[in-house]
Amino acid sequence: MLTGAGQDTAAALGDQVTAFLAEHDPAATEPLEFLRARFDAGLAWVHYPAGLGGQGLPRSLQTAVDAQFAAAGAPGNHPERIGIGLGMAAPTLLAFGTPEQQHRWLRPLWTGEEVWCQLFSEPGAGSDLANLSTRATADGSVWTVNGQKVWTSSAHLARWALLVARTDPSLPKHQGLTYFVCDMTDPGVEVRPLRQATGEAEFNEVFLTGVQIPDDQRLGEVGQGWQVSTATLMNERVSIGGGALPREGGLIGLAARAWREQPGQRTPGLHDRLLRLWADAEVARLAGERLRQSLAAGQPGPEGSAAKLVFARLNQEISEFEVELAGEDGLRYDDWTMRRPERVSFLDRGTGYRFLRCKGNSIEGGTSEILRNIIAERVLGLPPEIRVDKNVPWKDLPR
Amino acid sequence: MTATTESASRSGLPGLLYSETENELRAAVRGLLGDRAAWPDVLARTETADTCDTGLWRALAADLGCAGLVIGEEHGGAGASWREAAVVAEETGRHTAPVPFLGSAVTATAAALAAGDAGLLSGLAAGEVTAALAVPFPAASFSVPAPTVAVGALRDGDPPGVQRLTGTVTTLIDALPATVLLVPADGVPAALYAVPAGAEGVTLTPAVSLDMTRQLADLTLDGAPGRRIAAGDAAAAAVRAGLVAGAVLLASEQLGLAERCLEMTVAYVKERKQFARPVGSFQALKHRLADLWTGVTQARAAARYAAACLADGDPDLPVAVALAKAACSDIALKAAQECIQLHGGIGFTWEHPAHLYLKRAKSSATGYGTADRHRATLAALAGLPPAGQA
Repeated sequence: MLTGAGQDTAAALGDQVTAFLAEHDPAATEPLEFLRARFDAGLAWVHYPAGLGGQGLPRSLQTAVDAQFAAAGAPGNHPERIGIGLGMAAPTLLAFGTPEQQHRWLRPLWTGEEVWCQLFSEPGAGSDLANLSTRATADGSVWTVNGQKVWTSSAHLARWALLVARTDPSLPKHQGLTYFVCDMTDPGVEVRPLRQATGEAEFNEVFLTGVQIPDDQRLGEVGQGWQVSTATLMNERVSIGGGALPREGGLIGLAARAWREQPGQRTPGLHDRLLRLWADAEVARLAGERLRQSLAAGQPGPEGSAAKLVFARLNQEISEFEVELAGEDGLRYDDWTMRRPERVSFLDRGTGYRFLRCKGNSIEGGTSEILRNIIAERVLGLPPEIRVDKNVPWKDLPR
Repeated sequence: MTATTESASRSGLPGLLYSETENELRAAVRGLLGDRAAWPDVLARTETADTCDTGLWRALAADLGCAGLVIGEEHGGAGASWREAAVVAEETGRHTAPVPFLGSAVTATAAALAAGDAGLLSGLAAGEVTAALAVPFPAASFSVPAPTVAVGALRDGDPPGVQRLTGTVTTLIDALPATVLLVPADGVPAALYAVPAGAEGVTLTPAVSLDMTRQLADLTLDGAPGRRIAAGDAAAAAVRAGLVAGAVLLASEQLGLAERCLEMTVAYVKERKQFARPVGSFQALKHRLADLWTGVTQARAAARYAAACLADGDPDLPVAVALAKAACSDIALKAAQECIQLHGGIGFTWEHPAHLYLKRAKSSATGYGTADRHRATLAALAGLPPAGQA
C-alpha cells in the first residue's frame, strides 16, 4: 500500500510527532492545552486541511500518529464522548462550512471542549426524515425555529447541534429544508430525557421554542438542507484503525460463557441454536474484518449496510437465547432505575437488559427495513419505491 | 507490503481480499468458461452419455494451468496457493462447469500432496492425469468412513509395490473422467493406493444423479492393481487432507454459485413486468434480494478465511472449514431457491438454468459434510459441549 513516497511521508510524520512530544511533555502539559497544540500542529486528523488540524495527507496515516501519541501517554480527546462531533459534525462542517465556521468550530470540537449532537429525527419523521416539520422562519439575519426533535443522544451535554428544519413548506419535502448549527444554550431549547424500554434514558427529546439562530450559523444554502443532511448521514464513523474484536468478543462470548458455566440448563435445541449463533457471529466478525481491510486498501465497498443488518439480527437472537438459557435468573432484571448512562455497554448488564436493548439495534441508525431498501436500490440497482410525495408541496401532504 | 497483509497483521487475521493475481486468474477462467460452459451447453451435456466436458477440462487444467496451481514448481506446477485455487472454484461453481476441478485438482491433488507422490503430482500438474479420491462424496475429514476395499492375493508376475484390490465404493464425484483413482484400502497397514482407471478389474458405474453437472459413479474393484502411495497414519492423513481441501474449495464453489443466482435474479426482476411495473420494484422482492446479498457478503468472508487458513497451514483451519462449509452451503441453497421463486414459472422449467443451480446447490450441501455436521464440530472446537455432557 505504501509506495516509497508514502513511506517517506509516514516517516516524516513520525518525526513530527516525536518533535511535538519533545516540545510538549504529555506528563507536564495541561491536557486541554496539549490537545489544542496538537490540533494547531496539524496532528489531530492528518487528512484534514492545513490550519484545520490536519495536513491534507491520506487518512490511512492517522492510525500510526494516534498510536504514537498513545504510546507516549499523551492525553486523548475521548472520542467515545464526542462521537457525533467527530463522525458527523466535523465532515459536514468540512464539506459545507465557510472558512469562518470551520475555524470557529472544528478545534473545540476535536479537543472535546464542545460536545455536538444531532437534531434530525422528529416524532413524525423517522425513516421518512425529509418529512420533518420543525419550522425555521427568517427575520432579517436571524432565523426563528419552532418544533420538536427526538432520539437525540448527548443533547443534555451538547454545546452545539446539527439541525435541519423546514424553511419553505410550499416546496416538495426534500427541497424546502435548510441546515443550521443550533446553539444548545439558547433559552428556547428544552432538553428532556427520553426513557426507553430498558428503564434508562440514553436519548432525549428536544423542544425548540422560538430559538434564535443567526444566519451565519447556516450550513449550505437555503433550501439545500437535504443534501447537507445526506452528507452528514453518509459520514457514519468509519473505524479503519480499530482492529477486529477477538473471537467471542461480542455478545456471543457472554452466551458461550453462560453455556459453559451452566451445564444443567443445556438442551439439544438450545445447543443447535448456540452453534448456529456462534458460527454466524464468527462469520460476521470475519466479514467485518474483510470490510476493514477493503477500507484500509482504499476500496470501500457497500458491505457496511450488510454488517449492520447482520449485527442487529444476531444481537437480538443471541440476547433472546441468553434469557432462555438463564432460566429462573432470566426472569429477574438488574435495575429499572431511570438513569442517564454516559456510555452504553451491553456487556456489563444483565440478560434482560440486553434482550430489551437489542430491540433498538434494528431501529436506530436506519431501520433494518430502510437498510434493505438501500441495499436493494443502491447496491443491487433495483427500481426505487414508487413515491407518491415527491412532487407535492410539503404543506399539501396528508399527515 | 500489500494492504492486505498489513491490515491483517494488525488484526491477527489473514488477508481476506482478492489479490491482483487472483483477479487476473478469475478473468481468464471466466473468459474460458463463459465461452465454453454457457448454461445451454451445460444443460445439453447433462442429457448426453459423456457428462464431463473433457475438452474444456483440458483447456482449464493444462492450457490455463489450473490443475497444477497448488503443485510445486519442482513437479511442474505453478507453485501458487489454495487462495488462487479457491478463485478458480468460485468460477467453476458460478458456471456449474462440467469439469472435475474439485475432485481432481483439489481433493485428489491435496491427497497426493500429503502423500508426497512425485509421479502422480507431475502427471496432475501437466494435466495428463485426472484423479479422483475414492471416498463417498458426503464424507468429511472429521468422519471418514472405514475403507470398503480390501487387499487380496497377488498374481504371478505382479511387480513389487503392487497390490490387488477388491471392494466397492459408492457415490464418487469426478471419477468418470478420472485416469487414476486414489483408493483407501484395508490391510496391515491400511493404505492409500493409486489405481489406473483403465486397468482390468476396475468398473465405474455412472449413477443417475441429482446433479448431472457433476455426475456420481460407483466404483467396483475386482482384483484391480494398485500402487501404494501412502500407508498407515500417512494414508489416513492424506485422505483427510483431501477432504479438508475439498470442503474448503467446495465452499468457494458454492459462493460462486450463490453469486451467479443472485445476479441472474436481480437482472430478471428488473426486466420482468407485472402490474405494469418491474417486479423488482416491489418491496417484498427487494427485501428478499437484499437479505440474499447480505448473506453472500458473509459467506464470502468465511470462504476467503478458510482458503487463507488452508493456504497458510493455519492452526485455526478446522474452525475455518466448519464456518465456510456451513455458511456457503446454506447461502448457495438459499440463492438457488430464491432464483427459482423470484423467476416465477419460468424458473421452474427445464429451459431455464435455475434447476441446474438448485441441483448443484443441494448436492454440494451434502458433499464433504453437511452444514449441520460441520457446525456440530464446533461443539468440540469452540468448547460448547452438548446437553448431558460436561
